[in-house]
Amino acid sequence: MRRMGVIVVFAITALLSMAVMAQQVSIAVLWSGVELDAFKATIAPFEDETGITVLIDEVGRDLPTVLPVRVAAGNPPDLAALPNPGQMQEFVEQGVLVALDNLSNLADHPTAFVDLGMVDGHVYGFFIAADLKSLVWYNPKAFTARGYEVPNSWPTLIALSEQIVADGGVPWAIGLESGPASGWPGTDWIEDIMLRTAGPDLYDQWVNHEIPWTHPAVKKAWEYFGQIVNAPGFVYGGYVGALTIAFGDSPSVLFDAPPGAYMHRQATFIQSSILSSNPDLVPVEDYSVFVFPPISPVHGNPLLGAGDLIGVFNDTPEALALADYLASAEAQEIWCGTLGKLGINKNVDPSVYPDPITANAAMMLAEAETFRFDASDLMPAAVGSGTFWTGILDYISGIPLDTVLAAIEASAVAAYGD
Amino acid sequence: MPTRRWVPWAYAGPALLLLAFFLVYPAIDTIRLSFLDRGGDVFVGLENYAYVFTNSTMLTAFRNNALWVGVFTLFTVSFGLLFAVLLDRVRYERIIKSIVFIPMAISMVGAGTIWKFVYAYRPASASQIGLLNAIIVGLGGEPVGWLIERPWVNNFCLIIVGIWMWTGFCMVVLSAAYKNIPRQLLEAARIDGATEWQAFWRVIFPLLRPTVAVVTTTMIVFVLKIFDIVYVMTNGNFSTEVLANRMYKEQFSFSNYGLASAIAVVLLILIIPMMIVNIRRFRRQEAMR
Repeated sequence: MRRMGVIVVFAITALLSMAVMAQQVSIAVLWSGVELDAFKATIAPFEDETGITVLIDEVGRDLPTVLPVRVAAGNPPDLAALPNPGQMQEFVEQGVLVALDNLSNLADHPTAFVDLGMVDGHVYGFFIAADLKSLVWYNPKAFTARGYEVPNSWPTLIALSEQIVADGGVPWAIGLESGPASGWPGTDWIEDIMLRTAGPDLYDQWVNHEIPWTHPAVKKAWEYFGQIVNAPGFVYGGYVGALTIAFGDSPSVLFDAPPGAYMHRQATFIQSSILSSNPDLVPVEDYSVFVFPPISPVHGNPLLGAGDLIGVFNDTPEALALADYLASAEAQEIWCGTLGKLGINKNVDPSVYPDPITANAAMMLAEAETFRFDASDLMPAAVGSGTFWTGILDYISGIPLDTVLAAIEASAVAAYGD
Repeated sequence: MPTRRWVPWAYAGPALLLLAFFLVYPAIDTIRLSFLDRGGDVFVGLENYAYVFTNSTMLTAFRNNALWVGVFTLFTVSFGLLFAVLLDRVRYERIIKSIVFIPMAISMVGAGTIWKFVYAYRPASASQIGLLNAIIVGLGGEPVGWLIERPWVNNFCLIIVGIWMWTGFCMVVLSAAYKNIPRQLLEAARIDGATEWQAFWRVIFPLLRPTVAVVTTTMIVFVLKIFDIVYVMTNGNFSTEVLANRMYKEQFSFSNYGLASAIAVVLLILIIPMMIVNIRRFRRQEAMR
């Protein structure tokens, strides 16, 4: 009798664990710290509603490297936060991503973002949040104290920078160090400038390598960047500071007394870094943003952005259920509300945004006349996460621009397979 | 008496099979891949090798690997020898040797992260968070961007991390060999009027030479493959690239299997002479027994 009981217990445990096994879904993410906590909060309602356990694989910032390895080993996670559309394209070419054309919540995503997840007419990736990149962060109190005005054109931006130098200050905080990804913050500068000096059409041609890196329009964008980053006294710590200070640490000097620098060009996501080094700051009052000013009147003020992209590797009901949930307004309200990111789903309630700066950025993104996705994220990895990054570092450390651009062009010719 | 030729094969068989599967097959496959394109589909001849020997970043990597082999090996082995011989005369030998050896217990990635903090830069106007720059500013100097001053300062800064880690290993091996030297020989030399300097170069060093050779070749083989320190601290930026980091990038970041394989093959060919030296020495020693 007793033995019977033991067997029954064993059988039930085995059955239960099998049931649990079946009700699991894994997702590999690059988030850590605050972002990871927010993601856990985002999936909690999904787990409660469906009873499916979500196993978060906390790969961290090395995800762009780790994911292709796991795919090549035939052991991908069920879902993954894809590092960028460029890598998504490479996975689609390898035939390892699941088509997501039937996700019901994608109907509420704006076409511009759905298109970025499409390859050959099929959806392989979708965005759960966006970041607006064309922003300059500043300290309004420091601006008021010195009588500085928010610039609205390139000449006034340069004039303000010169004014700050004349007053004994440093206009720009720039940090390009980011471990193995060092250099990427500089690519955003080039992209924002390129959109403004050359316009969206030439920008698209540049992304697709229909114009070479040695094209005058590309070179011009780098030279505009150089007007700030290479100008004596314009950057906190000079070029050495720009090259060695971590991107997340760099804006904190805006809030030193007296300010170590006055302006910081970075995406919406930098707000969490600003607040982690200075938790008492009040948005709008203590820190605020202005839009990176237009340069050529013809091209106006296009917006540059990027987003958190999700892809599915294993075609299981649990994986598709989680994917559809992440595309929903409910999930994005938690994810964006906690982190100050901008929701993609049209039904995301604007009241969830934690502060007026984020809410305003979400509105700007929704109403943008011209929006372009981060070019480096769209290029083949050997360029967009390779020579473009190192090119930025080389240019700032004093290598002649023509040499830098020729090196990127050489790698692009190989990577695009022209 | 029938010679059973199959007996040794039966004993060595399993090991040979494992070797064939885990070493010979991957090596041959890597060589095959090195003649194919990035996806491993199309034959491209020597294109990957042409890139390896002409691309400017690759040439920088060759130069830096040579620098690592020279400087790293010279300093780890000579410091190791110095500590092994000198610490033998110190009362707190064990404690000091433990301290020198401790970095070996830290992972390469951990060491890279620690030293990245040591080399951290802040402008002269701000408070320094990096140990080295804090000392320099404390003495009235200007802070230095240690990891971006190309091409010598940053490369030496990286090599120092390697030396810091591996001197302990050389010291332990050489110290064991030193303690095996019969004391009578040293005493005889001293009684015959040899100075300490002469005793070292005429008696100790010749007796240690086989061990020094083994340690040196081990260090060279190890450092040719140097990767972790560079990956963590600079990722090969600012002219600090090395072959293994380039191989890793091409393989895993850029999915260029052909090029990564070509770099691997070149690295293999560079290491082979060292292996031959090691094997020859081993054979000679065996023959002496």
